[in-house]
Amino acid sequence: MKRGGERFYGWIYAVFALVTLCVFFACICLGSVWVPLKDIGRVILDAVRSIPSAPEYSLARSVMITVRIPRVLCVALVGASLALAGAAMQGLLKNPLADGSTIGVSSGASLGAVIAIAFDITFPGLPFAGTMIMAILFALFSLLLILGLAYRLDCSLSTNTIILIGVIFSMFASSIMSIVITFASDRLRSITFWTMGSLQGSNYRNAAVLGATLAVCGTVLFLHARELNAFAVGEDNARQIGVNVRRVRLTVLIMVSCLIGVCVSIGGTISFVGLVTPHMVRMIVGPNHKRLLPASLFSGAVFLMLADLVARTILIPRELPIGVVTSIIGAVVFVYIYYRSRRR
Amino acid sequence: MLEVEHLSVKYDSFVAVRDLSFAVTERQWLMIVGPNGAGKSTILNAISQGVPYTGTIRFDKADLKKTDARTRARAIGALAQNHYVSYAFSVEEIVRLGRYAHRSGLFSSHEEDDAAVEEALEMTGMTGLRRQSLLTLSGGELQRAFLAQVFAQSPRLLLLDEPTNHLDLVYQKQVFALIAEWLKTPGRAVISVVHDLSLAKAYGTNALLLHHGCKVAYGETGAVMCPRHLNEVYGMDVAEWMQTMLGQWKDG
Repeated sequence: MKRGGERFYGWIYAVFALVTLCVFFACICLGSVWVPLKDIGRVILDAVRSIPSAPEYSLARSVMITVRIPRVLCVALVGASLALAGAAMQGLLKNPLADGSTIGVSSGASLGAVIAIAFDITFPGLPFAGTMIMAILFALFSLLLILGLAYRLDCSLSTNTIILIGVIFSMFASSIMSIVITFASDRLRSITFWTMGSLQGSNYRNAAVLGATLAVCGTVLFLHARELNAFAVGEDNARQIGVNVRRVRLTVLIMVSCLIGVCVSIGGTISFVGLVTPHMVRMIVGPNHKRLLPASLFSGAVFLMLADLVARTILIPRELPIGVVTSIIGAVVFVYIYYRSRRR
Repeated sequence: MLEVEHLSVKYDSFVAVRDLSFAVTERQWLMIVGPNGAGKSTILNAISQGVPYTGTIRFDKADLKKTDARTRARAIGALAQNHYVSYAFSVEEIVRLGRYAHRSGLFSSHEEDDAAVEEALEMTGMTGLRRQSLLTLSGGELQRAFLAQVFAQSPRLLLLDEPTNHLDLVYQKQVFALIAEWLKTPGRAVISVVHDLSLAKAYGTNALLLHHGCKVAYGETGAVMCPRHLNEVYGMDVAEWMQTMLGQWKDG
């Protein structure tokens, strides 16, 4: 018997994966230095074998291996993580306007990173991971604070209460960030550039951290697809069909916070990816999270890779912060989606 | 089947339900009636563990407070009076969610789920609308879709909170007829909150009459819904008003 409601269309994901792969290679080729597609295989093969490339490939190798591949990898992983987190949040809170910023976790992570940059905070044994560790710690701390405050108001931890506390916390975190920036005016430029979002200096270590976080948190979220469907219908409905509402809500919020914390620490504040991507994907694959989560993952990666490509090529040799590009594209797309849905 | 003992529910300082005890056995349809604010829906919320309460609620001797969510959902299903849908789930997706409590793992069998979903869709007349988005359904169809979800859940006790509120007469008749049909299978029972006293009298085997969160009368429907009790609770001659309304139809 066909289970039409939950059928898994393998070919759809093959198409999504293929598009992601094509965009990935296009983004590797394109940039201020054009690297032909035929040279890429040669350069990668040489690098894997650890043998020196022929002189005519040395520039291509240095651009590809040390700059472009780690950067595009990080961009794809950040896009996938943010879109996945956004899709999960929109289902959990039954709110199509929800994403990491709605519950205040993004602001918390940003505050942690800004403090690390402003006061040059480092951790023993991990001299380069100060910003990342602070962002993750602050994301988790923000989550605990928001849930703690929400619990004191409403012990059932209803989604409306979480959103309300999240919005208030975001405002609070923004004002603290302004105070920190006032005291660290000598680092104003790097903080400002970081808050606008940038993956300019990404390396393989960043990609490994992002990949590991996405593998763990993504797997947990995929395993909660049915519970997210139940939440997307309604919290009361979820409770009455047998979902352990509090446990699932906590698990999803923690996974989303980890994803956002790591992304913010590496790429700064990149808005609209988590908000717009699941919206667009929902139009193609529907609201069922068994399809929506993997489709959002691929689409988020594609969306951010293209945004990054625009950011680094539109004003060559200058580069725009990626967050600015996603905000412009995202705002336009979002307004279009919103008006289209209102007209219906 | 269900035993409620000394149930009390408080919202801050307001006591919504006060020291209430009653029981429901197989094949019974208990109608909870009373004026607005009597605490009718609160009782259903307490049974489905949606509000904190004091007292004891047992299903088959097991304390529901200590029962895990899946076990509870396999025993008790609830249908709300309103459904606010945000996303375009199909009717079948919603009905299939009703099988959540019956799925133990990733690789558990789908056959039993498929059969339950098909039966629920057929019973509620939603088979033809199975692919349709919830956002495009009428109020009556939406209520039938969620009723199919509860049927697919295969509970033994059904909690209905004003299930035909906002529905026209045709849908009211359909929904009550469906529930009466569902109740014919042995081992099942229904508790419903209704405002329409005629429906309560027509379908209920037992009734619980409430006023300001307190029990006024409890027992067989005919005995509970006598003029003396109803007049006391509603502060008017209920039978006379009903007969006047009916007389208008008789007179043409």
